[in-house]
Amino acid sequence: MNEKAMRKSRWITTVFLIIIIGITYLSAMITKFNFIDGIATLPKALSWIFANLWITQETWERLPAILGKLNETIFMSIAATTLAAIISLFLGLMGSKTTKVNNVFSMLARLIASFSRNIPVVAWSLILLISFGQNSLTGFLALFVGTLGFLTRAFIESIDEASQSAVEALQATGATYAQIVNKAVIPQSLPQMLSWILFMIETNIRSATLVGILTGTGIGYTFDLYYKSLNYNAVALVTFTIVIAVIIIELISNRIRKVIL
Amino acid sequence: MSLLQVNNLGKSYNSETQVLKDVNFTVETGEFVSVIGPSGAGKSTLLRCINRMVEINEGKVIFNNSDVGSLKKKDLRKLRTDIGMVFQHYNLVPRLTVIENVLHGRFGYKTTLQGVLGRFSEEEKEQAFFLLQKLGIEEHAYKRCDQLSGGQQQRVGICRALIQDPKLILCDEPIASLDPNSSKVIMDHLKSITNELGITCLVNLHQVEVAQGYSDRIIGLRKGEIVFDGKSALLREEQINHIYGTERRELITV
Ligand SMILES: Nc1ncnc2c1ncn2[C@@H]1O[C@H](COP(=O)(O)OP(=O)(O)OP(=O)(O)O)[C@@H](O)[C@H]1O
Ligand SMILES: [Mg+2]
Repeated sequence: MNEKAMRKSRWITTVFLIIIIGITYLSAMITKFNFIDGIATLPKALSWIFANLWITQETWERLPAILGKLNETIFMSIAATTLAAIISLFLGLMGSKTTKVNNVFSMLARLIASFSRNIPVVAWSLILLISFGQNSLTGFLALFVGTLGFLTRAFIESIDEASQSAVEALQATGATYAQIVNKAVIPQSLPQMLSWILFMIETNIRSATLVGILTGTGIGYTFDLYYKSLNYNAVALVTFTIVIAVIIIELISNRIRKVIL
Repeated sequence: MSLLQVNNLGKSYNSETQVLKDVNFTVETGEFVSVIGPSGAGKSTLLRCINRMVEINEGKVIFNNSDVGSLKKKDLRKLRTDIGMVFQHYNLVPRLTVIENVLHGRFGYKTTLQGVLGRFSEEEKEQAFFLLQKLGIEEHAYKRCDQLSGGQQQRVGICRALIQDPKLILCDEPIASLDPNSSKVIMDHLKSITNELGITCLVNLHQVEVAQGYSDRIIGLRKGEIVFDGKSALLREEQINHIYGTERRELITV
């Protein structure tokens, strides 16, 4: 019985693999993407990168300005994530099976979550660009909306997973909703939630660059400016600072995670 | 008047299956009653109808002279402070300390704000320590619950129920996740709660032998109906077979 099931699952895996290979081949054909050609251009691309993307002496002078923009971007990401986290906490409590107040709010919370999550952040930037124009509010909102959906979804799962049984026990003692949320749900799921928030800050700093290119804000705008003026040395420096910043943020959040989990 | 009266209780979660059918029994103050029956018989459901963790569909549950089914939200909270509950999986907040978990049992007596701020009186704290001592886990008071063994966690669960100062304690398979030694410790504690403190216990159990060894009275549930209700000594092989049907024979042969 068990072996049969296992053999069946192995069979399914093989079928899937074949299907995936088939689809890859098909899509390559449709888009006229040639693997051989693609690989052949690689050395050329690399040599271009090494030839042009150098950080030269004079570009270092631009560093303070770049760092200023980078700072702005990082803080915008953090601000967008934190604000989204606060609202997601409420939506998460409403959406979770364990802590929902009624089905209408629960549905609403889940709807908002899936709506904002299933539209990519780039699409949000473009949508918001039309209504708000090219300014930092647009970038902020794009990150905010995308984060809201993701965090709500993650919080709903954290709450359900972490505190279902304790919630039941506290309901049975006659505790009120606010007592249950504050003394059982939050203490139990907070570390997991903080971990998701840190993850989202990391993600948002990365997406902020792309969003910035589209909405004309922060480091993305700087990148775009240098890129369009063919100042590839400065582009290299901008890229370099972004990479360093992302690595530092990741190190910090890993450290925080270790402490809280 | 009996402490608990269940009259013609019926319950179904969906239109297809009736989980409880015309259940009738009474429990007197100071009784230790076990509910046995095969998996899916409706034991957990029955217990949860008594403190209305699930809604009652038909019939009445009268606890301490109040009709459980018709209580408004606030009165239901009040009623629940009189009924402690002990769970198979302990249902503690694992990241919080033992003493915090025990004090959770007092929330029903507090205003929302007092509870949220964690304001507990000296007497309440003393009582919590007294109970921990009584169940032999006072040295773990400041440990996080997830560092405790199953048996110890269950004792925390019992302390949380006791600090409610309840008239009745409902136990849903309190020893189903424990080894024989811890099981005995837990059952001995539950028994002494009834004997020493006069608190009534209604316990769901899987093990017939344990039910026979500890309870004054046994209720046998099969497919949502009571098929046995009487003194433990009257439960013979014949009745056990009737309660468990063929399922029990299968259990033994496997
Ligand atoms: N929340 C629920 N929604 C729908 N059906 C439920 C729910 N809880 C229980 N049931 C169904 O009700 C029936 C009785 O369940 P119950 O948990 O009361 O049985 P039990 O006697 O406690 O079983 P066990 O010994 O396995 O714990 C089962 O058929 C179960 O599938
Ligand atoms: Mg059960």
